[in-house]
Amino acid sequence: MNFQGYRRPDGKGGTRNYILVIPSVGCSQGAAQAIARGLKGVTYLPNILGCGQIGEDPMLVKKTLVGFGMNPNVFAVLVVGLGCEHLFPDEIAKGILPSGKRVEAISIQEVGGTRKTIALGKRMVKEMLEEAAKLTREPIPLSELILGTECGGSDYTSGLASNPAVGAASDMLVAEGGTVILSETPELIGAEHLVARRARTPEMAKQVLEAVAWWEKQAIASGQNIREANPSPGNIAGGITTLEEKSLGCIYKGGTGPLEEVITYASHPTKRGLVYMDTPAHDIEQLTGMVAAGAQVVVFTTGRGTPAGAPIAPVIKITANRDTYLKMRENMDIDVSKVLQGKEKIKEAGRRIFEEMISVASGKITKAERLGQRDFAIFKVNINI
Amino acid sequence: MGNKIRVIVLNEKDNVATALERLSVGSTVSVEVRGLVEKIKLISDIPMGHKFALWDIEEGAAVIKYGEPIGRSAAKISRGEHVHVHNVASQPGGGAR
Repeated sequence: MNFQGYRRPDGKGGTRNYILVIPSVGCSQGAAQAIARGLKGVTYLPNILGCGQIGEDPMLVKKTLVGFGMNPNVFAVLVVGLGCEHLFPDEIAKGILPSGKRVEAISIQEVGGTRKTIALGKRMVKEMLEEAAKLTREPIPLSELILGTECGGSDYTSGLASNPAVGAASDMLVAEGGTVILSETPELIGAEHLVARRARTPEMAKQVLEAVAWWEKQAIASGQNIREANPSPGNIAGGITTLEEKSLGCIYKGGTGPLEEVITYASHPTKRGLVYMDTPAHDIEQLTGMVAAGAQVVVFTTGRGTPAGAPIAPVIKITANRDTYLKMRENMDIDVSKVLQGKEKIKEAGRRIFEEMISVASGKITKAERLGQRDFAIFKVNINI
Repeated sequence: MGNKIRVIVLNEKDNVATALERLSVGSTVSVEVRGLVEKIKLISDIPMGHKFALWDIEEGAAVIKYGEPIGRSAAKISRGEHVHVHNVASQPGGGAR
């Protein structure tokens, strides 16, 4: 099966055709925003990092920004820097070059102030827009699609209906040869052995267990024992018996396939099928990591309702809570509450999600896109100095 | 009541079902499992969102939901009985810790 997408010079398939303005540092974010303002088809990343960072954090920022530029949903990139930051715009541009796209880099200090930078940047992105407009959608096999999966603002309906329905859709995409990213390591705690068991190799299984152990250790160092605090008294009153059960309710959205690869934050998968990315459970940091890894579409389940969206990738909101769907209709794309009324089977709901994913990949606008949600946050480990 | 589905089974390997509304002891529910409709008489009250056994589960056997073990039964659990913290032992990490 195919979706209608944009073919990139490196052979990858995009679901959108954005010109992306990347501020390499928080100091140039304002200029980046001003460059993108008012230009349809141009978007920017609200990045506040890129300087004063230590340990692995500068690497995480660079990897994430480069990943966004590399994402096939982007036609061309303008990197805007300040000039004295740790992460130079040229380095980000160099990282994106292998995609074969047009990439430009400018610095506010070099150009000579904010206004001149905005004027120059606007000229450059307008040129890029003209080029982008010449490209048309063409059939691209679903095997080239990377689907990010996420849950946030969960309630009892998430584990019983929306996550299992997304899991069915994930299985359908994997059957087409596509890729599904499962992430949110802290949500694996208690069921990590069940995920590890699905890994193709013992090394991969070990990576899963190590990732979970790292997060547990970090949380304990900050005074939070996730394993002891869960399931919470509220979870138990609601019918959740064990931590394994709670975690499985989240994990189930990745479907039932074997784990083909374990990747670190914002890394591009090298295998197809179900891959695991080590990310926080923090909604926006997770979303950002998956899009930086090349996800061209994201499915996001919610019980309570959440507006989150990514700057360059469509995010499809799915809820099985009928009240939430009715109350937050402007934010919700798919209602699977019929599963909980016994009127729709999980597989049928999964089929609807799968079909919506193809429509969205082919150009249908999601609610989060319509509302202009461009949430962006890069995972970091250390303090800024 | 009749044919209205009031419970959900998430995976065909599961030995528990989840109540989608409050179910009373003594009532019989129809549950579709592996394409067949099972009639199960409840021997406990089952609050909404809680689980009951589809079949007898021996003591120490895996309690399966989502097609995966969510713990082991701490006592023999009978078909139609409430399955929760009182008769299931968690084995986070597979019991390795």
